[in-house]
Amino acid sequence: MELVSPGIGLIFWMSLAFGLVLFVLGKYAWKPILKALKEREQSIDDALHAADKAREEMQQLKFDNEKLLAEAKEERDVILREARKLREKLLEDSRLKANEEANRILDAARESIENEKMAALTELKNQLASLSIEIAEKILKQRLADDPRQQALVETLMKDVRFN
Amino acid sequence: MHRFAALFRNLLEPVDMSIKHWKRALFILSLGLVLGIVPAHGQHHGDITHDSVPAPAEAIAHAGHEADHGHQDQGFNAGEMITEHILDAHEWHIADIGKLHLTVPLPVILWDRDEGQLVSFCSGKFHHGHESYRGYMLAHEGPNKGKIVKVLPGTMEQDMDAALPLDFSFTKNVLGIFVSIIILLVVFISAARRYARHPGAPKGLQSVLEPLILFIRDDIVIPSIGEKRYMRYMPFLLTLFFFIFLNNLLGLVPIFPGGANVTGNIAVTMVLALFTFVITSFSGNKAYWMHIVNAPGVPWWLKIPVPLMPIVELIGVFTKPFVLMVRLFANITAGHIIMLGFISLIFIFGEMHAALGYGVSVISIAFSIFMYLLELLVAFIQAYVFTLLSALYFGMATEEHAHEH
Repeated sequence: MELVSPGIGLIFWMSLAFGLVLFVLGKYAWKPILKALKEREQSIDDALHAADKAREEMQQLKFDNEKLLAEAKEERDVILREARKLREKLLEDSRLKANEEANRILDAARESIENEKMAALTELKNQLASLSIEIAEKILKQRLADDPRQQALVETLMKDVRFN
Repeated sequence: MHRFAALFRNLLEPVDMSIKHWKRALFILSLGLVLGIVPAHGQHHGDITHDSVPAPAEAIAHAGHEADHGHQDQGFNAGEMITEHILDAHEWHIADIGKLHLTVPLPVILWDRDEGQLVSFCSGKFHHGHESYRGYMLAHEGPNKGKIVKVLPGTMEQDMDAALPLDFSFTKNVLGIFVSIIILLVVFISAARRYARHPGAPKGLQSVLEPLILFIRDDIVIPSIGEKRYMRYMPFLLTLFFFIFLNNLLGLVPIFPGGANVTGNIAVTMVLALFTFVITSFSGNKAYWMHIVNAPGVPWWLKIPVPLMPIVELIGVFTKPFVLMVRLFANITAGHIIMLGFISLIFIFGEMHAALGYGVSVISIAFSIFMYLLELLVAFIQAYVFTLLSALYFGMATEEHAHEH
């Protein structure tokens, strides 16, 4: 019977002891332990979140970088293309200009050569003319060296005049 | 009493200190208990040889009990032995080695209802129940067997006219409770300090306790009560679990200061169940009480004119903690009885013939070991079940019913 009849003394001591341990542990053990556990879980959670976020950011950054790189490449290509175009244009222009200049020079040269040639020809003609005149003069001088010859010429000329 | 007061002062002090001191506390405990035995046995028999020998080792031992312990001559009594182990006692019997009785006497505290005063003395004064002291004695038989009763002056007869004194003695189980509490306080407060100082990964003691704490929190309390309100009940449920678990385990330790059948005592389980009952009742919300008075989903004729369902529900309120009380008590007590029974078999057969005793011992020990392992499991399961059911009751009391019924 004693086995199943709770004794008042033990009930008293047990209530006291359990109440005491509940209070002390509740205040000095469970509170800090549960708090620490919660905080740790929170910090682990936060760390995981942060890692996720960082990964996302990394991805974003990488994406951005790639985009930037692609853009830069594109731009470079554009610039290069433009530069090439410009260069070609410049080359073309300069070639055209050079050609033109060359042509112009050539033309000028040709003209001056022509002029020179013409001048030379004129000179030559003039000289030839004066030479011819001189020769003619000399021949005339020779032919008309004496009077008979002069006479004869006059007669000839006279004859011609008559014919006229 | 002052001896114990000093003892507990010494014991409670280190709780506030660091873990280094708990070893000292245990040392003081054991020393105090050993020394505590000395005077009790000095007074024991008035035997000159023992009174004149002051050495503690000698004084612990006291001889000459043949005449007192008449029952010992009648041979081994399994029932008596088992009962003695299961029940509470006013002294802590550790071992008999030949004629040497190793016993820790404990203080007797009585409230004498006739005289209206508090009486306290050392249980050693009863000389293992063979003498009366200040008009009180331990009853050997009758309805008050094992209790302290008043005696007729000059005799060893119970005074049937006197009211039974209320026994608030610091008994074996009380000491067992305090031992377990000291262990709990030292272990968890030192763990808590570690948590406060090193918020990182758990180490040492922490890594043993943390899985249990998390198990209780994540697998018992939160699913039963819910994320919103569970924190309010965590301290009680954690204390409850570890108190029961530790005492179940200590009950399995055969060496002092283990071995007190604390959780196999109905008064202890009653107090635990009462705590659960009181907390449940105080946290019961409107829905909980309404559910008792007017259970939804039940035909009206079960409530009016005869309030059958409310009565059933109301009985349920009380049976829940009652079942908690009985379950823990019965499980632990039964386990102890079975194990002691197996051990008793050895002595029962040994009394018939020594060889038979040795023969049976092989089987008995094998069974005891099996039972021991089983009891280790039961120690955990019972602590788990008590905690789980308490948590479920709290959950039921605080649940917010959606008006789906």
